[in-house]
Amino acid sequence: MSWYRRPAPWIFLAAAVAALLIAGQFGWATRFPKAWEWPVARTITRASEVVVLHLSGMTRLIAAVIDWPMQQVVALLAQGRAFGLAMMPPLSWAGIAFALTAVGWRTGGLGLALLQAAGCAYLLLFGQWTSAMLTLASVLIAVPFALVTGITLGILAWRMPRFDRWLVTPVLDLMQTVPAFAYLVPTLVLFGFGPVAALIATVIFALPPMARVTALALSRLPESTTDLAVMMGCTRAQALFRVLLPAAMPMLLVGLNQTVMMVLNMVIIASMIGAGGLGFDVLLALRQLNIGRGMEAGAAIVVLAIMLDRQCRTLAASWSRGEPAPGGRARLAGLILVVLAVTTLAGLWLPALRQFPAGLQISTGSVFDALVGWINVNFFDMIEGFRVFLLLNLMNPIRIALTGAPWAGVVALVALAGWMLGGWRLMLLGLIVCLFCLVTGLWDETMMTIYLCLTAAIFATVIGIPLGIAGSKWPRFGRGLSLWVELMQTMPSFVYLIPVVMLFRVGDVSAMIAIVAFAITPVIRYTMAAFSEVPVALTEAGTAIGCNRRQMLRFVELPSALPAILLGINQCLLFSLAMVVITALVGTRDLGQQVYIALTRADVGRGLVAGLCLGLVGILVDRLFRAAAARITPKQPESGH
Amino acid sequence: MKNTLLRPPMLSTVRASLLAAALAGPALAQDSGDPIKMILNDWTGQLISAQIMGEALKREGFSVEYVQADAMAEFVGLKSGDLHVAMEIWSTTQKDLFDEAVASGQVENMGESGMQAREEWWYPLYMKEACPGLPDWTALLEPACVEAFSTPETAPKGRYLGAPVTWGGFDEERVEALGLDFEVIHAGTDAALFAELESAWQRKAPIILWVYSPHWVPAVYQGEYIEFPPFTEDCYTEERYDCGKPQGPIWKAAWQGVAGKWPTAHKAIGNFSLSSEESNALIQRVDVDKQPLDAVVADWLDQNESRWKAWFQ
Repeated sequence: MSWYRRPAPWIFLAAAVAALLIAGQFGWATRFPKAWEWPVARTITRASEVVVLHLSGMTRLIAAVIDWPMQQVVALLAQGRAFGLAMMPPLSWAGIAFALTAVGWRTGGLGLALLQAAGCAYLLLFGQWTSAMLTLASVLIAVPFALVTGITLGILAWRMPRFDRWLVTPVLDLMQTVPAFAYLVPTLVLFGFGPVAALIATVIFALPPMARVTALALSRLPESTTDLAVMMGCTRAQALFRVLLPAAMPMLLVGLNQTVMMVLNMVIIASMIGAGGLGFDVLLALRQLNIGRGMEAGAAIVVLAIMLDRQCRTLAASWSRGEPAPGGRARLAGLILVVLAVTTLAGLWLPALRQFPAGLQISTGSVFDALVGWINVNFFDMIEGFRVFLLLNLMNPIRIALTGAPWAGVVALVALAGWMLGGWRLMLLGLIVCLFCLVTGLWDETMMTIYLCLTAAIFATVIGIPLGIAGSKWPRFGRGLSLWVELMQTMPSFVYLIPVVMLFRVGDVSAMIAIVAFAITPVIRYTMAAFSEVPVALTEAGTAIGCNRRQMLRFVELPSALPAILLGINQCLLFSLAMVVITALVGTRDLGQQVYIALTRADVGRGLVAGLCLGLVGILVDRLFRAAAARITPKQPESGH
Repeated sequence: MKNTLLRPPMLSTVRASLLAAALAGPALAQDSGDPIKMILNDWTGQLISAQIMGEALKREGFSVEYVQADAMAEFVGLKSGDLHVAMEIWSTTQKDLFDEAVASGQVENMGESGMQAREEWWYPLYMKEACPGLPDWTALLEPACVEAFSTPETAPKGRYLGAPVTWGGFDEERVEALGLDFEVIHAGTDAALFAELESAWQRKAPIILWVYSPHWVPAVYQGEYIEFPPFTEDCYTEERYDCGKPQGPIWKAAWQGVAGKWPTAHKAIGNFSLSSEESNALIQRVDVDKQPLDAVVADWLDQNESRWKAWFQ
């Protein structure tokens, strides 16, 4: 029960129109006066200089500590190492491929073994092996690092709910919504230029899901588990490490899987600050407009992601079924070690084992380039017509409405919406976010961002929901769709950005298409899951009262699936905000561009401020949308995040 | 790029470097054995100059490590000494950041590299049919030309595709100062910039955009730069902008500690020089003839041994 009465929707509408109209009457309420802005960015830049001065000794020490294991793994997997005059080559490709396949076979049977072998074959045949091993090395270091910090944070959040509410949750929210570009420069300054800084930025990006999953998994454990631990006389630490964490293990493994995926998502950005590997290959190929090679390197990232993902999933599944670890583990480990040693040593004499023979490597060559060229030459007029239609009839009106709206009216609207949907807390959040964007002088860019994301989200929803429904109706189509969704999520967006620019020119349409390609994935995923989980009893009841197919969809399935679909749209909005920075590479005038400019100027304050704006807008959109969704579907229990 | 840089040196190269180390004994006596960290940016010309220098250093017995870095973000690393050598700093686009880095005292300007950066409005040759007065800039004033370069969303104005906002270039000002009826659209990266060129080239469609050299683009596509009124210092300092873009050198840069730690390498980097023509020819071999980059670099080093050996003297 709240102490106020929620106003009826029509009051909201009337108030909104009134707010916009009234605000439009005053000059100061239409465009935010320059004199009211605060020099937030400059203050942060100056403060950061002081911080760097005092902290860099410590952070450099941390960097050196992390650098050591990193060097070892890189030497082992990719670069080898010189001992005085002798050269120790990296582990042979044959040995590593054998190890991956053997582990796959032991844990997941023939299917997984074949998958791992095929993955290795792709990397080898397309000449991606060395780069892939460099990338794998950074994954192998970043993942444990993110796991340990994530689990620790999760445990803290679970133990201390207040600490969680006021510190951990907001910080995690920001970590997920502030783009990595924004904290790249501070990371560089603090941890030095190179793989370690790239690693730290990756960990910051990849840690939140693990922390969230840990807190969630621990809080979902039945009381009896804790009671059991207490009865057996465990200390708190023992209870945690011997009983609770193992019991939560299946869910923690899901978090592990998420972490691996997010680490791979960062590969491109990390390569811009010295991580090398596949990300650098993608960047280089695309700067040379070699779409084919960019695709091959991008696909190698996808292959690596699928290999790691399937392996993690298999482990998680066997763990959650409570199966004992398959016997003969020591024997397998021994065998793998022997094979690794033998192939690597043999490589000293056999160059073919040291380096996969170049004669056997293949390439798609210019197939992709030719394909894009063919589409370009034959269909450009059609595409151009579509683009202009879209721009003039859909995007421009939204843009003009948003960028032209008086700020005071928009602020009033946001506050009102917050108050109606979630009470005074949400209203306060809305006001704070708006004020932050205003006083930092980024209001116009914020509006441009919202315009791009909004159009993209509309498109993604309109296309994604029917696709998701179709996927749940026809399982074979659904399987293909799932695979495609996975591909789109792990394929670096930079790879498809270039063909998109070739076909749709530099401009807002290209940016929007790139956003849709990425942000459509949660819509499809959630819709598909929701429709395949409609209770059978409901559909049977529908059939019994004589619904035809359309009625069934409209009156039975859609209402039941609505909460999950809404969650999907919510995720879609957040995904599109996350993509805004990438679209700066096409050429936009939004917050993403601000972050990018700050990066190229090494301006700590400007980058952080624009990044924070993006992050805060993301959090506000998320809260507003959830509150709205909860009102639309009042009886459904709130779905997990 | 087949990343052969990261491949362990073959036994023969180990032997070669041992030999080199023996020959270059005096150099090593005063130079540190720590690896020199050379920056690799993501454009071919830079990769070639960086690796010519890096491999020459290796042949002289130095330990060299390549680090991939963004062209703008690299200055942070150069200032802190995490990165040591940048072989291409473009006076045309990176000047502000470079000046600031040099002013900080942490980064040293290692002199001109011999290559001259040129950047200007550029069009593919086939556009001369639609607009015969080119390359003279006054042709762009004619309504027929403007129409040829216009697109639905810029009409009736022509569309000029400019470089990323961060590169500066004063194109909006130029358009206004010269009374050109063009709208400036900024691409976000040079990959996006040239993706549009490739697209237009395939269709022989109208386009006018920012091109610079040394770069593979002028080598692959036939076209011409617009001839604006020549650049003068006053034109920019008086903020008139009714002239073409300045041309300028490409510098080399190093962390200030290089001179003390690797004096011989410092000297060699300072002496490094490569002409624009040479660079363009090498870029063409890599990007047009698709030869592996490290083979092209090794080939150059083999053929010009006396030249790069002299850098170390």
